[in-house]
Amino acid sequence: MAETMEKTSYKVVGTRPIRHDGVDKVTGRAIYGGDVRLTGMLHGKVLRSPHAHARIRAIDVSRALALPGVRAVVTGKDLPPAEDRVVNLGEAAVNLKYLSENVLAGDKVLYRGHAVAAVAATSPHIAEEALSLIQVDYEVLPPVLDVREAMKDSAILLHENLKTKSLGEQTDKQSNIATHNQFKLGDPAKGFAEADVVIEREFTTATVHQGYIETHNATALWNADGRLTVWESTQGAFTVQRQLSAVLQLPVSNIRVIPAEIGGGFGGKINIYLEPVAALLSKKTGRPVKIVMNRQEVFEGTGPTPGSYIRVKMGASKDGRITAAQAYMAYEAGAFPGSPIGAGMMCIFAPYDIPNVQIDGFDVVVNKPKTAPYRAPGATNAAFASETVVDEIAEKLGMDPLQFRLKNAAKEGTRRADGPTYPRIGYVETVEAALNSDHYRTPLEGVNVGRGVASGFWFNVGFQSSVTINVNADGTCTLVEGSTDIGGTRTSIAMQAAEVLGLPAEDVHPLVADTDAVGFTDVTGGSRTTFATGYAAIEAANEVVRQMRERAARIWKVEPQDVTFADGVFHNAKDASAHLTFKEVAAQLGRTGGPVVGSATVAPRGVGGAFATHIVDLQVDPETGKVTILRYTAVQDAGKAVHPSYVEGQMQGGAVQGIGWALNEEYFYNDTGTMANASFLDYRMPTSLDLPMIDTIIVEVPNPGHPFGVRGVGEVPIVPPVAAIANAIYRAVGVRMRHAPMSPGHIAMEVLAKGK
Amino acid sequence: MPTKVHVQTRINGEEIDFLCEPRQSLLEVLRDELGLTGSKEGCNNGNCGACSVLLDGVLVDSCLVLAVEVAGREVTTIEGIAGTNGLHPLQQKFLEHAALQCGICTPGFIVAAKALLDKKPQPTEHDVRHWLAGNLCRCTGYDKIIRAVLDAAKAMEAKV
Repeated sequence: MAETMEKTSYKVVGTRPIRHDGVDKVTGRAIYGGDVRLTGMLHGKVLRSPHAHARIRAIDVSRALALPGVRAVVTGKDLPPAEDRVVNLGEAAVNLKYLSENVLAGDKVLYRGHAVAAVAATSPHIAEEALSLIQVDYEVLPPVLDVREAMKDSAILLHENLKTKSLGEQTDKQSNIATHNQFKLGDPAKGFAEADVVIEREFTTATVHQGYIETHNATALWNADGRLTVWESTQGAFTVQRQLSAVLQLPVSNIRVIPAEIGGGFGGKINIYLEPVAALLSKKTGRPVKIVMNRQEVFEGTGPTPGSYIRVKMGASKDGRITAAQAYMAYEAGAFPGSPIGAGMMCIFAPYDIPNVQIDGFDVVVNKPKTAPYRAPGATNAAFASETVVDEIAEKLGMDPLQFRLKNAAKEGTRRADGPTYPRIGYVETVEAALNSDHYRTPLEGVNVGRGVASGFWFNVGFQSSVTINVNADGTCTLVEGSTDIGGTRTSIAMQAAEVLGLPAEDVHPLVADTDAVGFTDVTGGSRTTFATGYAAIEAANEVVRQMRERAARIWKVEPQDVTFADGVFHNAKDASAHLTFKEVAAQLGRTGGPVVGSATVAPRGVGGAFATHIVDLQVDPETGKVTILRYTAVQDAGKAVHPSYVEGQMQGGAVQGIGWALNEEYFYNDTGTMANASFLDYRMPTSLDLPMIDTIIVEVPNPGHPFGVRGVGEVPIVPPVAAIANAIYRAVGVRMRHAPMSPGHIAMEVLAKGK
Repeated sequence: MPTKVHVQTRINGEEIDFLCEPRQSLLEVLRDELGLTGSKEGCNNGNCGACSVLLDGVLVDSCLVLAVEVAGREVTTIEGIAGTNGLHPLQQKFLEHAALQCGICTPGFIVAAKALLDKKPQPTEHDVRHWLAGNLCRCTGYDKIIRAVLDAAKAMEAKV
């Protein structure tokens, strides 16, 4: 169970009310994107490439169009010519030309599962039959499936016009390497010369998927007035609106995106896939068109997180100080440039105060689906490498791995290699909490058992949010916000407004609105929602209080500055006996000037970075290589946990996604670039039977950039697990695993090799 | 064009008639023909359990049952779990324990957990983990779901 390290005097923040949308979600009433049904609706299906790399010579859709029930077919030629322009879409920057070609292929298909054409028909079954009647003439090309192969000068090129951008300069070199960037701090050569211990290791990680249970969906109506409305499950309605505007070349004001409930995203539901296709089919048919992906399409046709190659070199002095660190990182972007290599580079040594650092990062295209963000994108791959090397150095120095981390921990004022200097952060506190935890203090006993630890960092982001609060006649409030709710954020946002308004959480009713009904709000991603939209809710609530004080002043016939507000009650400075509750003032709004509505927008800059430290006990069967997780504790700095249950939930969920990444999840490719395990059965995410309870320790080091000290919590818990498990496997059976997933076969082979 | 079949069945205690194609799954008919969208499609091949329903009291993935197979039988979906007196204890405990995040898997978990508690009112943690291994959740790491089910079992025992 969770322990909360600091106590505060908040009334609502820090409590655990039942979420406002809870009843709808436990009774099956909540409407998700796939549940949307419109009158006259047609059903769409997408034809996808069976080849990982091929040129499209011709597409013949005539037989499909002739099938009874088929109403329209679209191909890439139906999209407007795309601009070669980069836009920021939340967690990732995207080139619109690439985005457009990913939606429906142009002259080439670049991965198996790449969308080539789509059909709208009166039933999904007819649409599916029609797909088999579309004839595509492919010139099959050899695929490039590994990042290091793709980087070779002799590699087959995916894009004829892709030239490497190196250290900020556009070169003329045709390559699969889209960018090479570098961060440098101090003098790495000097730092390594000062070291008594230097360790250099290579790591590889396989492609993995976010694995949300709800598949992608979109329902579009391109109306006769030229207005496009889209209903769907997305992390960001406005982000979809902007992408659609660019891809379809429509003004944003012509596009309304109505976010339904969303069945998980983890970063994977930010980019558009089906939306423009459904829109084009609707335009051709004059009817609403709904498309829902099946699970194989999700694996093969949406963004996983990159496979990677990372080399880390680290040096430390005998007294346990890291003197220098160097990393070479190559991330697979998938079919189009844009892996999270930049974030990986910024995160790889982020928990440590290291005077001499060099980090080189490469963004590389390969014939796999275009990668999308996945919870702390890029950071887990990086931490697997760096935290394993940190563990090895601590071992060489004979130091406890947590004490070694404590000695080198980044603090307020530490400069990260990519530039920023940390404000108040809570990394030290997470390590101390781990050291003092019951878990770490309890000796581990048994055969082939091991305990591993690892830490991780994620920035969190601010971006933009809007909130409007309407005061109701009964003194409750309605809170209108633009952040889609994936894990209870309606409640964590409403609680922050309730804290300001002096109301119980239940009296602030949150509503997630569409792009026509609320001010611009960025994606639910980057661990920003409770932080930034919560911030906007606080500001909007402050505005409501300001207006309500005026009303109380009018009732008492005093000046607004004579009215104070505390714990939901207005007091009159001129008359100590006079007081009015929030509800009493609300009941008189009609007589005192009309409705009270408070709105606020924010683009907060005081984002608090988040650190996590995890401890895992496990047992390895040395004959089969199977790992059993025995005990797991996740420690994390939440700044201030608004709703501790949902903070714990993020920590537990992130840890378990990390466990899956560590032990068995991977895109298993054959030589032709076909994913051989594109189903939940074969991809094998963790089930309830694979896991123990996941213990949590919430540390609260308030973020100075938020009124209640809130830090984002969603992403960082996926960063430490892979490394923590690798370190535990080493303690259990004496082998250092340097490839993820550490599936039974890999572990058994390493154990066998060690025995020889 | 395929001919539609007339099916008579009971769903959530009510006599229901529907027409369906022989190739349509129970899940498809529940969602698209009958408007019972509480059962979710996560994989359409029996891997994820989001479409769990009870068929004559037995837990099944409705994506693996043909709609024509339910003729003359009794189907319970998530929409039939709450009674007229309010939420089922499992639903209440899922809320109290924050045992859902996105909620897409929640209907399947609640239906599956009900099937377990119907069979075994006082399960151990291992029983619950074993029984629910056919239902995938990607958000919670299962911890709070397991606690909610165990607590619901306790609450139901106290009521008896």
